[in-house]
Amino acid sequence: MSGDARTAEPVDVAKDAAGDADDGYRPSERRLAHEAYRRGRARRSALIATASTLVTAVALYLLVVNSPGWEVTRRTFFNLDYARQALPEVLRGLRLNLELMLGCGVLILVFGLLLAVLRTLRGPVFLPVRLLATAYVDFFLGLPMIICLLVMITGVPALRLSGVTTDPLLLGGAALVLTYSAYVSEVFRSGIESVHPSQRAAARSLGLTNAQAMRYVVLPQAVRRVVPPLLNNLVSLQKDTGLVSIGGAIDAVYAAKIIAAHSFNFTPYLVAGLVFIVLTIPLTRFADWLTGRMNRRQFQGGAV
Amino acid sequence: MTAGVARAGAGPAAGPGEVLRLESVRKTFGGQVVLRDVGLAVPEHSVTALIGASGSGKSTLMRCVNLLERIDDGAIFLDGEEITDPRADEDAVRRRIGVVFQSYNLFPHMTVLDNITLAPRRVHRAGRAEAEARALELLERLGLAAKAKEYPDRLSGGQQQRVAIVRALAAGPRLLLLDEITAALDPVLVGEVLSVVRDLKEQGMTMVISTHEMGFAREVADQVCFLDDGVVLEQGPPEQVFGDPQEERTRRFLSRVVASGRLQG
Ligand SMILES: Nc1ncnc2c1ncn2[C@@H]1O[C@H](COP(=O)(O)OP(=O)(O)OP(=O)(O)O)[C@@H](O)[C@H]1O
Ligand SMILES: [Mg+2]
Repeated sequence: MSGDARTAEPVDVAKDAAGDADDGYRPSERRLAHEAYRRGRARRSALIATASTLVTAVALYLLVVNSPGWEVTRRTFFNLDYARQALPEVLRGLRLNLELMLGCGVLILVFGLLLAVLRTLRGPVFLPVRLLATAYVDFFLGLPMIICLLVMITGVPALRLSGVTTDPLLLGGAALVLTYSAYVSEVFRSGIESVHPSQRAAARSLGLTNAQAMRYVVLPQAVRRVVPPLLNNLVSLQKDTGLVSIGGAIDAVYAAKIIAAHSFNFTPYLVAGLVFIVLTIPLTRFADWLTGRMNRRQFQGGAV
Repeated sequence: MTAGVARAGAGPAAGPGEVLRLESVRKTFGGQVVLRDVGLAVPEHSVTALIGASGSGKSTLMRCVNLLERIDDGAIFLDGEEITDPRADEDAVRRRIGVVFQSYNLFPHMTVLDNITLAPRRVHRAGRAEAEARALELLERLGLAAKAKEYPDRLSGGQQQRVAIVRALAAGPRLLLLDEITAALDPVLVGEVLSVVRDLKEQGMTMVISTHEMGFAREVADQVCFLDDGVVLEQGPPEQVFGDPQEERTRRFLSRVVASGRLQG
């Protein structure tokens, strides 16, 4: 019943195959018997999975509830009243996180790709560009996110530059873009390098210039290959938008902090955490699904 | 051996109607000498077949002509112009040379049609409609019109091979380099590709073909070059090279090939 892909798939495929060909084919007795057997197996696996999940859940519950500190923990972390009070505030703050994620996500993709392409440029003219891009990536790959954020949010306003924003949200967003562009450019670069050199050679031998070969042949293949890892980066960006709360932008985490501060109860943090998790799960599953689909596509059809 | 090359290679000046000419080409990979001293002249509208053992440098020679590899010494001329001169415009040279690689190298993210029209549209600035019409016409001739919208990984090896030929042709090259284009084909398809090559020759295309199919080389080539130990050891019309080889090593190579059943007809 659940996503037991391995047992469900052959049945689907068989159905497709039977539907596809229009040659008066009737499934044989043998095939029907095999399919009936597979369906029975699938049902059995689903039952076993459900039962074992239930048993595990009950065991975990009993373990936690019978632990010595449970009563205190329950009061400070699992207080339903505070949860009810915090949820709408957290959700209101979450809007900010989502906006931040989308806005920064787009900028990060653009900058990341740009950095990766700059680093592939050959020729003496581009040496400074290449060096700068490499230095940038090295710097921001190594710099802890939290330090980058602190420097941006507290350091930039301290400079008192005219015309430069002091809005912690914008500065926090800028810090996310700076750091994540470095990560994402490495992902793109690995994608570019994974395209076999013979592809570029083929493009060049057709008379395409280096830039054209990059644009029409290498990049399209590279980008396709790195979509799954990019989605994983997006998931972690989604979480890290919570860090801008250290500058005082009222996002989901900060909303929770406000309530926690005057109630001396940590339940709001738990609520905020759960909200982030709920938000992340579909994205992660989507990334998994996409990766699986791409792998399958790669293995079917024996490209020589 | 060097004297043999001088004899085998063409005279010092680039003759008229000569499309490609190699003079004393040397190419090494690390310490390994692949091409020691290769001389070769390819007249216009002719088919030159390169034969030689696996690893003798046939593919390497073609990659050098296409400037995908830089030669260590010697010179290569295309229509009398030295293309190995560092001042030559590599892109312009490649535009005049079509290549079909031993491993096809189709672009997997594009349909057959897009593979074929990429160069006409982006390099030669043809309109989409015009480029596609021409591509379909070429595909039709190789019996592949039905596959125009497919992706390369859904084609058989022989079909991919023919698409690669069409892709090279669509760029309108002056010289066509075909590396081992019959390697993945069954005898019927070999016959088809053979007739394609003959058609092309009749239309005036100049071609260099590397092959292990001696029957194919004998059928289609105007001259056969036997590549051995980094030099063109023997060169001449197919009847002579296959029928009356002058060099002991050529004879030995051919008898090995006969033993493996690749020389009939
Ligand atoms: N990029 C490279 N780096 C190092 N060595 C290479 C490279 N390309 C080719 N070689 C070597 O050069 C030699 C000639 O290779 P090449 O592919 O030209 O042979 P070939 O005559 O085309 O053989 P086949 O008939 O098997 O296709 C081989 O020994 C090979 O190992
Ligand atoms: Mg080869």
